[in-house]
Amino acid sequence: MLDAILALTALAAVFGALLGYAAVRYRVEEDPLVERIDALLPQTQCGQCNYPGCRPYAEAITRGEADINQCPPGGEAGVQALAELLGREPKPLNPENGETKQQPTVAWIDESVCIGCTKCIQACPVDAILGAPQLMHTVIRNECTGCELCVEPCPVDCIHMVPAAAGVAGWKWPFPGNRAEAAG
Amino acid sequence: MTELALILVSTVLVNNFVLVRFLGLCPFMGVSRKLETAMGMALATTFVLTLSSVCSYLVHSYLLQPLGLEYLRTVSFILVIAVVVQFTEIVVHRTSPLLYAVLGIFLPLITTNCAVLGVALLNVQEQHSLLESAVYGFGAAVGFSLVMILFAGMRERIDAADVPRPFQGAAIALITAGLMSLAFMGFSGLVKVG
Repeated sequence: MLDAILALTALAAVFGALLGYAAVRYRVEEDPLVERIDALLPQTQCGQCNYPGCRPYAEAITRGEADINQCPPGGEAGVQALAELLGREPKPLNPENGETKQQPTVAWIDESVCIGCTKCIQACPVDAILGAPQLMHTVIRNECTGCELCVEPCPVDCIHMVPAAAGVAGWKWPFPGNRAEAAG
Repeated sequence: MTELALILVSTVLVNNFVLVRFLGLCPFMGVSRKLETAMGMALATTFVLTLSSVCSYLVHSYLLQPLGLEYLRTVSFILVIAVVVQFTEIVVHRTSPLLYAVLGIFLPLITTNCAVLGVALLNVQEQHSLLESAVYGFGAAVGFSLVMILFAGMRERIDAADVPRPFQGAAIALITAGLMSLAFMGFSGLVKVG
């Protein structure tokens, strides 16, 4: 009886020490809140929040430097989700950071006007613009997040935002019969 | 070598832990709604099952057996499995954030998976050696993964099918699982393990 208690206690103590050591040795210096905020952000990396990307913005929110209403691509729904996560009052989007779009848009380059300056390629955060110096550029629609960062640098104003077409990639089979409500 | 191959085939197909022995049914029904989550669960389980069956073998033959404390094996195996899972989670979190993102949520779930404890106890019951225990655990995990992924694929199809109203949801899932189990029963007699 006694040796059973001793053996199990010793086993548990050894395992406890092992886990304690591992927790100290392999500690991860990371704020889990940053991950959760980052997961709510739209990952357009557009920089409209005045931070270089979505993750830096999430870090700024965690540090208390940025407010939760600086993300136009996320829209009011994004602010709502952030407010819920952080337990704050939801507030309207800050107009200084840009307008929310009614429908998703993608950039479109008027190729007859493009002079091949590559300035939009450097501005694109997601590498969705294809082209070379002195040759016309084009936008890979499926990669474009519609962040409008390429519109400003273009010297000949040949980049326009057009509504994103519902393509094959976004199309889903309709659910049969009365199961339509499960489609979301 | 033949012995090990037989153990592998036996655990993957003939004595499949989920569909023939009916162990580990909670993740089988619970995490099989989507193919991606089923794959994550299968991967995490493979990892933990192999590791924990080796560790519990070591604890059993080098601690419990010499002291004559075999009756404590269930308690100590639960302890071993919990520690192995926790330790793996800590190390993976530090060393491979990508793997952690894939396995993350599933690792703690496996702690209470009865298939993991079942494998450890069956290893003792069938008096396997260290290598045999490892192969037994790995085989059980491969069988689990196979069934998980097949079942998740079928459930995704069924989600988009026109199922009669009384059978929708859990009912059709259970019927599918039953039919799958029947199919796996067909493997019995494929190999004879002495």
